[in-house]
Amino acid sequence: MPEPDDFAFWRDAARQLVQARIAPDQVAWSEPGSSGSLFAIGSTELPSPLPGAAVVKASKRFQSLARNAAVHSDPERFALLYEMLWRLQGNSRLMEDKADPLVRRIEEMDKAVRRDAHKMHAFVRFRKVSDEDANDHYVAWFEPDHHIVRREAGFFVRRFANMHWSILTPRGCLHWDGETLRESGPAQKADAPQGDPAEDLWRSYYASIFNPARLKIGAMLKEMPRKYWKNMPEAELIPQLIAGAQKRESQMVDAGSMVAEDRPESLEAIERAISACSRCPIGDLDNKAVMGEGPPDARLMIVGEQPGDVEDQQGRPFVGPAGQVLNAALEKIGLDREVAFVTNAVKHFKYQQRGKRRIHQSPNAKEIDLCRWWHEAEREIVKPDIVLALGASAGRAMLGRTVSISRQRGEPIALDDGSELWITAHPSYLLRLDGEAREKQVQLFEQDLRSVKERLAALAD
Amino acid sequence: MPALDTIQKLEILADAAKYDASCASSGTAKRNSKGGKGIGSTEGMGICHAYAPDGRCISLLKILLTNHCIFDCHYCVNRKSSNVRRARFTPQEVADLTLTFYRRNYIEGLFLSSGIIKSGNHTMEMLVETARILREDHDFRGYIHLKTIPEADPELVHQAGLFADRVSINVELPTDSGLTRLAPDKNARQIEGAMGGMKSAIVQAKDERKRFRNAPRFAPGGQSTQMIVGADAASDADIVGKASRLYDNFGLRRVYYSAFSPIPDASAVLPLKRPPLMREHRLYQSDWLMRFYGFAPREVMQATEADGNLPLDIDPKLAWALKFRDAFPVDVNRAPKEKLLRVPGLGTKAVGQILASRRHRSLRLDDVAKLTVSIAKVRPFICTLDWRPTMLTDRTDLRSLLAPKQEQLELFAA
Repeated sequence: MPEPDDFAFWRDAARQLVQARIAPDQVAWSEPGSSGSLFAIGSTELPSPLPGAAVVKASKRFQSLARNAAVHSDPERFALLYEMLWRLQGNSRLMEDKADPLVRRIEEMDKAVRRDAHKMHAFVRFRKVSDEDANDHYVAWFEPDHHIVRREAGFFVRRFANMHWSILTPRGCLHWDGETLRESGPAQKADAPQGDPAEDLWRSYYASIFNPARLKIGAMLKEMPRKYWKNMPEAELIPQLIAGAQKRESQMVDAGSMVAEDRPESLEAIERAISACSRCPIGDLDNKAVMGEGPPDARLMIVGEQPGDVEDQQGRPFVGPAGQVLNAALEKIGLDREVAFVTNAVKHFKYQQRGKRRIHQSPNAKEIDLCRWWHEAEREIVKPDIVLALGASAGRAMLGRTVSISRQRGEPIALDDGSELWITAHPSYLLRLDGEAREKQVQLFEQDLRSVKERLAALAD
Repeated sequence: MPALDTIQKLEILADAAKYDASCASSGTAKRNSKGGKGIGSTEGMGICHAYAPDGRCISLLKILLTNHCIFDCHYCVNRKSSNVRRARFTPQEVADLTLTFYRRNYIEGLFLSSGIIKSGNHTMEMLVETARILREDHDFRGYIHLKTIPEADPELVHQAGLFADRVSINVELPTDSGLTRLAPDKNARQIEGAMGGMKSAIVQAKDERKRFRNAPRFAPGGQSTQMIVGADAASDADIVGKASRLYDNFGLRRVYYSAFSPIPDASAVLPLKRPPLMREHRLYQSDWLMRFYGFAPREVMQATEADGNLPLDIDPKLAWALKFRDAFPVDVNRAPKEKLLRVPGLGTKAVGQILASRRHRSLRLDDVAKLTVSIAKVRPFICTLDWRPTMLTDRTDLRSLLAPKQEQLELFAA
């Protein structure tokens, strides 16, 4: 064989040998560099076909497999292929017999070569160097298992047609200058450049796109066996990524979801739990948790924003100035506060100390969302038919998004558990208004309460 | 705060993209860079250029343009109320990064998504601009996958399809109620409307290509979507039902399932434990049953257990077979292809080989054994010349005989 990957040469020679009826055990195939067979004492001249020899037949399946198997690194490959070709003359459907050991062996060689080619497409890593003309030149080092380099040149030419590049391998090198492809002899790893500034970026990407919560080392090794790692810049990170994965995952869980616990199943348990809650900074202020109050099976739940100064001191919801506004309005429209479960979206008082006074501060979206956990626990136990949210914070606690009171008031919003949400203004908003504006808002507020009262009655029927 | 350098931005914006399940770079039109000015090729089959220790392939530069977001979806680490570090790339920076990586053969192309900044339209314009820079300024012929923003103007979404190989719109959650609860700023009707618009544009562009050779290509890799599994109470039956409606209505190429991962700074509404990754795997298997094995969505749902979820210990095809034992045994020498595809343990390849070899001779159990991974799994469900399962399919303990031995599947399984 003139070259280890010269399939055309093998095919022509094999065809002639078959026509000359030379049996497989009479032929020795040797490739350049090999020592050849000890028994290769015969002629290297190809014999002439016997007169009247039949045309050599080979199935399509054999031809496509043979093309790949011919570049396999197994020194026996040409002999095996010739034996197969020889046998095919007697049984043209031999390739269909999957149980035949020779068929299997050739199929395995074909598969190994295809895989090697695929991995070359995937794992060649170019490094940028500049040549004398200061044009960018990209050079890669790759170690294929089989004689595939020349065959796979086309892939890289098509992909990097306008780049100047070289692929160096121990089985020969390819060089492309944007117009012509040149080949040269085998190279060594030291001939390839070391490092490229882009590799730091690439490694950062590789480490960041990895999700430590889903470690699957086996799946990785199956597709990227260790033998390829040494020439891939990102592979050096793998041991530390694996070692750090459990820690990173638990950090993700800790940072994310606090403690894995079940929701409390009784109002008393909630009360105990919220007193100890410091999931958000509000819980760490000098204040005490304020539990909702009312019948544990109330059909109406009224949700405010958070306890105020008075509520914090007395430990009861809606007992301060805003609570009085609420009570007055409820009394006016004839809805008994005692039938409702009155509670807050946020369980602790958020304030800023100014001298001796504690100035109310609105909870932010994140704090409301965190406290939603407790509020939902309450709602799961009380199971109200209607939830009346007072103000935007309570609305957010129910819906998980910022709501507009003016747009959403006066209409029920269906909640997941089948209950209805009604939204209205917070009574403390009414406290801050004067004159005509206040008059108008108080009316709207009372109107909303009346709608809720009517709806409660309708649902009871 | 000092300006972030490229490496820091890349870390933040790749980290934010790691929850996107899609990585495919296959199934698009064949292209190469010969005769052009730039680089890049696609040859039908996508190439995985590396694998991360999570077993997932790295085929594309998968990043967000920015993780700033005006939306507040609870399952999303980038939601408005989250405290993660924020960063932002310009379209030019992303294009440069893509080319830098592509020239070194690290990637097949770009998968670009983004948090919503300013408005849906503004964000979509930035995404399209990135693709335009790559395609027009640099004559880039590699793969581009753009995540489109359902809230954006349809005309902008259309432009995305002209530059991208694949477009995707995430449905996020399998049920409308889940979406209302966990993604209050999103709207199911709007998402499906955008998918419908994309489908008709893809169909129309294909039609035009048939008549006019030079008609512009439009998302030749089709459209895909992603659903988050385990963030809400939706069962596997809900998920499979949703996926099959999406395949039917919008001609999707793929539906990806992403097991909900614990995310830093998670919202209190979310479950605290992640679902087992096996659930995601079972969903992909059921997806396969529908796409390649001729199962109707209804039949996959029949394989679920009382709670509507697929069993975790056995695959959905075996679960179906155990419930419908009267469909077995199947005679491998006579049965049509559709029936053979129902046999647990016989894949599409094995079925093809059985069909090919039985043209020449009648198969024995040994012959089938050579074509399958595990004959033990297949045996109770088939007949061959020399084998007939007498009572196996009537045995009540068949499931435990066939289910894999309990083992710890992964190091940190939930």
